[in-house]
Amino acid sequence: MTPQPPEPLVIGPLTRTDFVRYQGASGDMNPVHHDETFARAAGYDAPLAVGMFNAGLLATYATDWLGAEAVRGFRIRFREQVWPGDTLTCTGSVVREYERDGEPLVEVELACTRQTGGVAVQAWATFTREESS
Amino acid sequence: MANHEAQGRTGTPYPVPIERGKILEFAAATRSANPAYWTSDAPVVPPTFLTTQLFWQEWAGDDANPWRHVELDRKRGMHAEQEYVFHGPPPRAGTTLTAQSRIEEIFTKQGRRGGTLTFAVMVTEFRDADGRLVAEARLTGVETERAPEADS
Repeated sequence: MTPQPPEPLVIGPLTRTDFVRYQGASGDMNPVHHDETFARAAGYDAPLAVGMFNAGLLATYATDWLGAEAVRGFRIRFREQVWPGDTLTCTGSVVREYERDGEPLVEVELACTRQTGGVAVQAWATFTREESS
Repeated sequence: MANHEAQGRTGTPYPVPIERGKILEFAAATRSANPAYWTSDAPVVPPTFLTTQLFWQEWAGDDANPWRHVELDRKRGMHAEQEYVFHGPPPRAGTTLTAQSRIEEIFTKQGRRGGTLTFAVMVTEFRDADGRLVAEARLTGVETERAPEADS
């Protein structure tokens, strides 16, 4: 049966603390994501979110939907910058269901959208549908 | 300016221990309350968790990281795409993987608003103790001909 997407995951308003927590967890310590002085010198009004943080929220949405152990592929495209105060909404839909070497798989398309309607991150993920995954 | 001669460059292998505490820290930072992470003694990694190999690659020393030879301009460079592939269930806490990165390709394209875009792709392979390929990461960086702000 085609898996139906769950309710959208809404996160925000985002804070600088959200960015810092992700940076500490991930190892990406680029100061443009937490140092106000550095971000302004680089031409931004504020520190911008880490693209991989926004993508990580999509991964949270997708694994709650289709299973943490069932993921087989996760491809991310970064589209638009995200700022403190933004609220992000994660949604998804099924692209196709198919078999590879006898294994049932589902491919889904995911979007992390800002409150402006702009898509910050798109992702395409593949999950196995095998029970024992 | 990107250095096209970096294509094919391969880093030295380095260990990536998969740790439960690090997985929970990552799950918390990405707002996951999934019991598969929080109630298991040996949880699998979240889909984008292998980005934490950045720590291990840095600690392994310069030779482990071929990306530095690509020399994308920091002001005009950005992360364009990132992909993870898992050959079976994602790796679990308690395993130590061996990672190795290579510069797969460097190529140029005409941008939609004019100007040349230079793309660089780094692939990192993660193998288990038996040498089996368990996961791959593919990082695509892009450098614009002008600063991104100048385009808007």
